[in-house]
Amino acid sequence: MSAIIAIIRRDLLLAMRRKSEVLTALFFFIIVVSLFPLGIGPESALLRKIAPGVIWVAALLATMLGLARLFAPDHADGTLEQMVLSPTPLGLLVTGKIVAHWITTGLPLVLLAPVLGIQFDLDTGALGILVLALLLGTPLLSLIGAIGAALTLGVRGGGVLLSLLVLPLYVPALIFGAGAVESHISGLGAGGHLSLLAALLALAVFFAPWATTAALRIALE
Amino acid sequence: MNNPIIQWFKYGSPQSFYPLAGKMIPWFWTLAVAFGLAGLWISFFVAPTDFQQGEGYRIIFIHVPAAWMSMFLYIVMAFWAGIGLALNTRLSGMMAQAIAPTGALMAFLSLWTGAIWGKPMWGAWWVWDARLTSALILFFLYIGFIALQAAIDDPRRADKAGAILALVGVVNVPIIYFSVKWWNTLHQGASVSLTRAPSMATTMLWGMLLMALAFWMYSIAVSLMRVRAIILEREAHTEWVKNLPEIQGKSS
Amino acid sequence: MNWGSPAEFFAMGGYAQYVWSSFGVCAALMILEPILVRKRQSSILRVLRRERQAERLDSQ
Repeated sequence: MSAIIAIIRRDLLLAMRRKSEVLTALFFFIIVVSLFPLGIGPESALLRKIAPGVIWVAALLATMLGLARLFAPDHADGTLEQMVLSPTPLGLLVTGKIVAHWITTGLPLVLLAPVLGIQFDLDTGALGILVLALLLGTPLLSLIGAIGAALTLGVRGGGVLLSLLVLPLYVPALIFGAGAVESHISGLGAGGHLSLLAALLALAVFFAPWATTAALRIALE
Repeated sequence: MNNPIIQWFKYGSPQSFYPLAGKMIPWFWTLAVAFGLAGLWISFFVAPTDFQQGEGYRIIFIHVPAAWMSMFLYIVMAFWAGIGLALNTRLSGMMAQAIAPTGALMAFLSLWTGAIWGKPMWGAWWVWDARLTSALILFFLYIGFIALQAAIDDPRRADKAGAILALVGVVNVPIIYFSVKWWNTLHQGASVSLTRAPSMATTMLWGMLLMALAFWMYSIAVSLMRVRAIILEREAHTEWVKNLPEIQGKSS
Repeated sequence: MNWGSPAEFFAMGGYAQYVWSSFGVCAALMILEPILVRKRQSSILRVLRRERQAERLDSQ
């Protein structure tokens, strides 16, 4: 456990030193979401309808931005090889890195989402569901994304390839995440969507670090 | 040497599989053509005109087999990839790599025929029907697998990385399918479904089954042809490849 | 038998463009794919034969 915390602290410290990267992803998220009303028009009924989908798609894309750098710097300076050789199971260290990735990219999105939701004229209840859905969904994005990041580590054209591999796998998260808010707005209740999202998260917590570890070992062979 | 497991491993080596595959390919082609002709006969001359959809419904005789094969081939590909990862056999990775393009072709065909079927039936080329949407995502998964393998130069690493991606994909395919279905019912999608065509007559079912068998045999034949090419490419510098009759022969 | 004449068969009850474009593309791709695979096979064979010949010339 202490190994996980140490890795999280280390990655957060590194992220603090490179604040611009974290902030870039965040502003990317804000700008993408703010562009939609400009492209579609300011009718609030329409905006309310597209808000969940737009915010979720922007969140997917913003998570992708940081993924390419999840393992690459550690791979470049040899830290990753040290991690593979260290007595602590690699799976734990990988989990720590994924948690740190979520804290630096996922959590800010969750915190910012209500502000962006207001731009789209969502009411308080819908904003609450949006935050809840993102809170369950963004860790899922980090977990699935880590598999892709490990698979494309050191591969030529890695960044574009990463999005090609990972975005199709994000489909269920997008459907249930945006669907939760939509069904709340239409009065159906978001419970079903949120519990399915939680189930997917549980599944991913179980399998994703394992698959990521296997992919990292292959990349380092 | 009569131990069946040893026999298995013998055919699991590229060296002995190469001539074996060469012998099997004509048989699978024959079967593919025979099933295909029978299936086409039923789909055009035996199956009656549908009272609702007219002759347009005959597209399902290739749409459904293509959709079935695209899903089935993904599972087969993931199976070989998994075997390769677990047992570290060279041939399995090559098999997975050989199946991927054919699977992508099947996914593309099911999308193409689905869109063309949709135009007269739904009045639109593309409808966000659950099946069509998941076929589209399956197509993306195939493309991702092919792109990942193409981007990695070392074939052993490409095999293993592809294997992990295929296994992650195979876990995700049912989840994606059900999530898309759920999304579709929530949004009250198209009410007509291609496979739930009105009054599925037994002749129709037979036609579809024969066509599916033809597509299956075709996929095996093409994959075997491709795996032979891959074996030669990867094993180009081994003694057995150099001693193959087709290379030894008095070539012009 | 569903069709009175070949013309009726090709007309497909008014759905000709849909039916024949699906079956046509399907047939075309299923003919094209083996041809491409065959090309791949023969090109690698050609390279290997040439290498083999070069080796023979070297050893002579």
